[in-house]
Amino acid sequence: MRYVLLPTLVLIALFIFYKEANTNPLPEPATANPQSVTEENNLLGLPPVPIPANNPQTPAKIELGNKLFHDKRFSVDGTVSCAKCHNESHAFTDGLPVAVGHHGLTGTRNAPTVLNAAFNQTQFWDGREPDLEGQSKQPPVNPVEGGLANHEPILEITRTDPYYQTAFQSVFGVNGKELTIDHVSKAIASFERTLVSGNSAFDRYYFKGQTNAMTAAQVRGFQLFIGQGRCVSCHTIEQDHALFSDSRFHNIGIGINQIQQDIPRLTKAFLEAKNKGGEVDVMVLTDKKSSELGRFAVTNELSQIGAFKTPTLRNVELTAPYMHDGSLKTLKEVMVHYNNGGVSKADEQVNDFLSGGIRPLNLTDPQLDDLVAFMKALTSSKYAVPTPTQAAN
Amino acid sequence: MNTMNNSRRNFIKTAGTLAIGSTLPISLVELAFAEGSQNFTFAYISDAHIQHIKDNRFVRNWDRGLIRAVAETNLLTPKPDFVMFGGDLAQLGSKPELDHGAQILSALHGNVHYVMGEHDYYLDLGEYWEKLFGPQYYSFGHKGVHFVVLNSIKTYDDWTFKRWPTAEQRMQEMAILDNPNGSPFMVGEEQRLWLKNDLDKVNKDTPVVVFSHSPLQKIYKGWNFWTDDADQVQALLKPFKKVSVIYGHVHQIQYNQIGNISFNSVMATAWPWPYPQSYAQAEQYLPKLTVPMNRADPFFDRDATGWQFINLANGNADLNFTLYNNTSRVVRYNEKQKRPEDVVYQDEKARIVPQTHY
Ligand code: HEC
Ligand code: HEC
Ligand SMILES: [Fe+2]
Repeated sequence: MRYVLLPTLVLIALFIFYKEANTNPLPEPATANPQSVTEENNLLGLPPVPIPANNPQTPAKIELGNKLFHDKRFSVDGTVSCAKCHNESHAFTDGLPVAVGHHGLTGTRNAPTVLNAAFNQTQFWDGREPDLEGQSKQPPVNPVEGGLANHEPILEITRTDPYYQTAFQSVFGVNGKELTIDHVSKAIASFERTLVSGNSAFDRYYFKGQTNAMTAAQVRGFQLFIGQGRCVSCHTIEQDHALFSDSRFHNIGIGINQIQQDIPRLTKAFLEAKNKGGEVDVMVLTDKKSSELGRFAVTNELSQIGAFKTPTLRNVELTAPYMHDGSLKTLKEVMVHYNNGGVSKADEQVNDFLSGGIRPLNLTDPQLDDLVAFMKALTSSKYAVPTPTQAAN
Repeated sequence: MNTMNNSRRNFIKTAGTLAIGSTLPISLVELAFAEGSQNFTFAYISDAHIQHIKDNRFVRNWDRGLIRAVAETNLLTPKPDFVMFGGDLAQLGSKPELDHGAQILSALHGNVHYVMGEHDYYLDLGEYWEKLFGPQYYSFGHKGVHFVVLNSIKTYDDWTFKRWPTAEQRMQEMAILDNPNGSPFMVGEEQRLWLKNDLDKVNKDTPVVVFSHSPLQKIYKGWNFWTDDADQVQALLKPFKKVSVIYGHVHQIQYNQIGNISFNSVMATAWPWPYPQSYAQAEQYLPKLTVPMNRADPFFDRDATGWQFINLANGNADLNFTLYNNTSRVVRYNEKQKRPEDVVYQDEKARIVPQTHY
């Protein structure tokens, strides 16, 4: 067996999530049967989901997290839930270049998928939060997302709403003042740990040895991915699983190429503001140029200017537009950017801080198409949009 | 439009301050100006090895290493007092290489001082280099410290002038490691005489910092991690209370103490050298093994390369290395032990065991 089954609890959890998600139907292949072994297969190609010891999974907690994830009341105008930007129907993204929060305010960054975020070693494009528990505390109080002044309004609702009162009591044994934002974020994190999905054509090809699972173009694309394209060094594939991310941060020439002249001023101003108590999440999501500083904003290390976390490539076909700023509309544009050695347009100037892993690739146009084809082999069959012929069946 | 919860603000503020204390640009403020007028900072970039392919094409990897170091050096806050370039700007000493390298370096803000490397020298014996950057050896004073720059990569006249049919071949031969046709580096009599006169005018309490391309100590002859007349140069430095020698050429972090002299190497922006098999010809001279650098990831062009800024605190040099794909390292002068030490790896037991398989 080359993939590892999760504890039964998680399987139950997945099943519960599935029922919940049914109220908001997923694009499912017509033949999929939720009660069959497909849920187990859904994990093909994934490692075990890491579950922190202080936040074990339980069906009731997952259910509670699901409710919280979809609750729009946790925002200043009552319209912004997590699901607004991480929408099931867009593979848990919003399909927009940059996310839109309360009153139509826009941030600076593209909403990544929550699918498989459970495996991330750090959260957010700049990795500023170590885990899911920490991550979910930020959006409701970010000025361009939930817009709340603090977490009090969330606690007021969860402490008084009858459903939440009962649920928090039964899941955590807390009510009233004992109920804190940590309980809320733990429940959301438990729910997110059920949003894991493997079982793509690639997984069946690579981990199950089904040689016909990928098309000829996808197989060629895979060869380029691990060979001349040099992709696999950052978007990693292991022997018994693949997350397509090395969990590291690289400047691959996105966003930063356009603000090169501003970097001396920006880095200095940013550090000064941070030293005076400025909050990284607020600064990077409300100021486009500060956002481009990337991992530097978190670590203050000059060597991480313009570096962002390597995202997973699972389900990438469904999560356009691409990159931390949503600046590339199609997968083909992504391939062109890499082929140019870190610039989206061939005549753009490479930025001084570019990662040593990025260089011109000298791939032909048909080869770029093969890489795109391979990207499409990474879609979990659970989320695959049926092709017209399949739909007709 | 948004009033933040106080507890949240305070939490992040504390976390932020902690982070800043341990990292680069702002910590520099504290280090450099916390005490004493003798404390200041300069940056050091070395071993760029700019390599001409043909026409206007140069090896991209080496270009990018130097460009990145220059850009990052320009971001240091507050500005370093000056920048050193530690030699081997070129690969084969040609005009196009030196010109191209000088052009990249011209983006540096502030004063730059240059050291001659063997890759700059052995084509025309430094003639074009001198036109671009000035004399091959010189000294200057700065904030109470006496700085000396030596051309330490000369060798025996017989080898330089009589052995090779062409200048190109001479350059090629000197560029080869473990070359039986090679010849050991040296400062040479002329410069030693000049050095003696120069140092005679300097008070023995004045901190002295010597910049050379090759180590002014004997480490490994086959790769010219070596200066043949190192002992004689060391003897001239002996009367001074505080002496630091800072050298390039070795493309790795080394540090050592011989008597009153602290030795520190600087990183290359081009590529790392592995640690050479040292032979016990002069056992006490062996520098410390560079632990985290022993296997560079061949995928990341910049892995195991870097640049550094140097804080001169009370006359002792503390080296702060910026290393790509690696944790930054600091080699600081330990007042108690009276020698430079990596602040993390100083202890044998604290070392990472080198990997023996791949
Ligand atoms: C207004 C839109 C918006 C809302 C609301 C929102 N997010 Fe996000 N989410 C984003 C954006 C944009 C990012 C990337 C931000 C960054 O990297 O700085 C992100 C990042 C994340 C990540 C990190 C994924 C990764 O790969 O690093 C997770 C997990 C996540 N959000 C979950 C949530 C949860 C849980 C909630 C509700 C508490 C939520 N989001 C609310 C837009 C939103
Ligand atoms: C040096 C590391 C590195 C290499 C090599 C690399 N990537 Fe990436 N990749 C990243 C990082 C980092 C990002 C996010 C960058 C950003 O948003 O600033 C990314 C983003 C992407 C995205 C967009 C994902 C999304 O959700 O927005 C795709 C698609 C992608 N890479 C595919 C590839 C392919 C195909 C290759 C090989 C041709 C490749 N990558 C090579 C590090 C790398
Ligand atoms: Fe050298």
